Amino acid sequence: MSSENAYYVPHDAKWPIVGSIGLTLFLGGFAGQLNGTSMAANVMIIGFLVLVYMMFGWFGDVINESESGTYKKLEDVSFRMGMIWFIFSEVMFFAAFFGALYYIRVFSVPWLAGEGSGATTNEFIWSGFEAVWPTNGPAAVGGEYEKMGAWGLPAINTFILLTSGATVTWAHWGLVANKRKQLIMGLAATVLLGFIFVGLQALEYSHGYNELNLTMGSGIYGSTFYMLTGFHGFHVTVGAIMLLVMLVRSIKGHFTPENHFAFEAAAWYWHFVDVVWLGLFIFVYWL
Amino acid sequence: MTTVTADTHDDHHDHGPAKGFMRWVTTTNHKDIGTLYLIFSLVMFMVGGAMAMVIRLELFQPGLQFVDPGFFNQMTTVHALVMIFGAVMPAFVGLANWMLPIMVGGPDMALPRMNNWSFWILPFAFAMLLSTFFMDGGAAAGGWTLYPPLVLQGGNGFPYMIFAIHMMGISSVMGAINVIVTILNMRAPGMTLMKMPLFVWTWFITAYLLIAVMPVLAGAVTMLLTDRFYDTSFFSAAGGGDPVLFQHIFWFFGHPEVYILILPAFGVVSSIIPTFARKPLFGYSSMVYATASIAFLSFIVWAHHMFTVGMPIEGELFFMYATMLIAVPTGVKVFNWISTMWKGSMTFETPMLFSIGFVIMFTIGGFSGLMLAIAPADFQYHDTYFVVAHFHYVLVTGAIYSIMAAAYYWLPKWTGNMYNEKMGQWHFWLSTVSVNVLFFPQHFLGLAGMPRRIPDYSVQFAEFNMWSSIGGFAFGLSQVFFCYIVYKTIKGGEKATDQVWEGAEGLEWTLSSPPPYHSFTTAPEIK
Repeated sequence: MSSENAYYVPHDAKWPIVGSIGLTLFLGGFAGQLNGTSMAANVMIIGFLVLVYMMFGWFGDVINESESGTYKKLEDVSFRMGMIWFIFSEVMFFAAFFGALYYIRVFSVPWLAGEGSGATTNEFIWSGFEAVWPTNGPAAVGGEYEKMGAWGLPAINTFILLTSGATVTWAHWGLVANKRKQLIMGLAATVLLGFIFVGLQALEYSHGYNELNLTMGSGIYGSTFYMLTGFHGFHVTVGAIMLLVMLVRSIKGHFTPENHFAFEAAAWYWHFVDVVWLGLFIFVYWL
Repeated sequence: MTTVTADTHDDHHDHGPAKGFMRWVTTTNHKDIGTLYLIFSLVMFMVGGAMAMVIRLELFQPGLQFVDPGFFNQMTTVHALVMIFGAVMPAFVGLANWMLPIMVGGPDMALPRMNNWSFWILPFAFAMLLSTFFMDGGAAAGGWTLYPPLVLQGGNGFPYMIFAIHMMGISSVMGAINVIVTILNMRAPGMTLMKMPLFVWTWFITAYLLIAVMPVLAGAVTMLLTDRFYDTSFFSAAGGGDPVLFQHIFWFFGHPEVYILILPAFGVVSSIIPTFARKPLFGYSSMVYATASIAFLSFIVWAHHMFTVGMPIEGELFFMYATMLIAVPTGVKVFNWISTMWKGSMTFETPMLFSIGFVIMFTIGGFSGLMLAIAPADFQYHDTYFVVAHFHYVLVTGAIYSIMAAAYYWLPKWTGNMYNEKMGQWHFWLSTVSVNVLFFPQHFLGLAGMPRRIPDYSVQFAEFNMWSSIGGFAFGLSQVFFCYIVYKTIKGGEKATDQVWEGAEGLEWTLSSPPPYHSFTTAPEIK
């Protein structure tokens, strides 16, 4: 390897330590806030701002390096593999919550209702409880509530997210064919659809809290519903912000048909949240 | 650490590390970061060790002597968290940072800036974890497994502990991604997968385990957090949830986690034994396949930690048989190490002593594991000191012994100085005698029914506990001696040659001792 082809090893990374400080302030402040410590919320906000500053700086450096042609084939492969395994770790994070939902529905609710070895538990502790889904448990935690239907907003949201998957692919075709206008249009449409999705999700939550009495405290149904859809909504927001950055960069004239890993990474992430949503729609809303 | 100005990079404007403290904060160099990890893990080893000393002090005699039971429980809980996430895992990541790029013939880790962040999250995470001792209600005291509903009753430290675990998880996942990408993408031309040293292979597989299970732990502790602060009912039967659900999710992480702690140890020992037996490793490819099999099986055995929780009989049987299957690939490895030594011209320098100690005592831990795997027998052993003895044999005389072996084996390469062989031998024998006095009697205590995680016990357990405590204090002191040996080696000593060990093979021995700041600026030739 001549030094021209040498792998790029950056030096003097100052952003990681900024990130560590930000993360510590953010989570420490969050924990204090949960304990009801005064001023903790301010620490949390400062930590969040430090994290945002870190991301601007860090990604900014990487974008500059990328645009000035620092990265070659090997670096590109590293980034691709890194992104793939990052997404895999996210898949496993969701797997924990899907696994919890599965275990609750297939095992613990029927056991509470007396199935298998749960017969005496049911008779002596939760007498009269029957296994149905959704449920807020034998103690009817959180009181009467209504189930979130699948075929209203959630179905529309499914359509929106699937469409956004198509528009981002269309944008990619535009990028590869060097049609800048198609790229920008496609990305703009994707970002718009993403934020519409998040907005409708917020509307649905407000419907749940205000009209259905369906809250995080509505027993195991409310818990699994809000945690799964909530973490998904958070990931959609992150993905939409990533695509928004790609949109700004596209307008600025970044990316070439050969060199546009950042765009692809954002698109992969977008397809990942899309697939998670399909799982949610089927197992949380529909079945 | 000395700097060698053999850097041939023209496009990089530096010819060595920056000066002063900021060098360590902003470094992207895999050796610097490896050093940071190793020092951090040694510090944490002492912190966790101090907690172990408190535990053994209290258990020296029956009755309550020194600490109140609540604090005792905090000690057992945080001792485990610190040793697992703060001592053993960072030590292996430190070894990976130092050795992987060199072993595959690459210039550095694939994602150097992220590598820096992986490390620099850790001091903050552990500061957060340890700060909970000073909060209302103290640190977590429900055991490191964090079972609800007990853990939910903790004080103000609870959310800090949860977030500290999140931070450790972020660090581990980033570290693991870096390892995988480095191994797949940074190998020198000709370094095919099946030519890689076993340390590289075992770390490669460990990294996949990490990426697969650390996020699951993050999910589990997030559910704990919302159960306590946001009224969710994941682990509350009243709301339709199930406390046992937590145990399933936790151990889906927790069982692969124990292989995360031991697979790199296998790699270390597989590097050291051939060197001092002066024979190539017996059954290289079978070692690779055995490691992969263990990793696969580790995902389908988790509920053997929960045999007494009230699972259906089908579950008990499945997890019992699946667990026993792991003995097969593990046996393959043990026999391969023995076959490597068979008819070798062996010498017994300190790294070799620790490796042989590893093989023997890890196998003892493996056998007691096999006993625990038998579901009907486990009803007797569960949550007794037998379990404590079992996992300390695999973690202390297993994982920690391999880390010691690695430290002695590679210290001359890292520092350019030879450690004091006589002191190393003393350290080994003091450790090995004391660790067996410490943990072997705990088998008997457990079989006799002494439960784990208690500050007081019936008088019939007194004698073995006293022996165990004496062994514990001696083992603790031996490790302070180890710190001294390391310190002395860094400071000076007989100069090491580049080859260091007569029988050693691998790319790290082709570099100078200590190696240049940038390892392979030109990719080495792999035969």
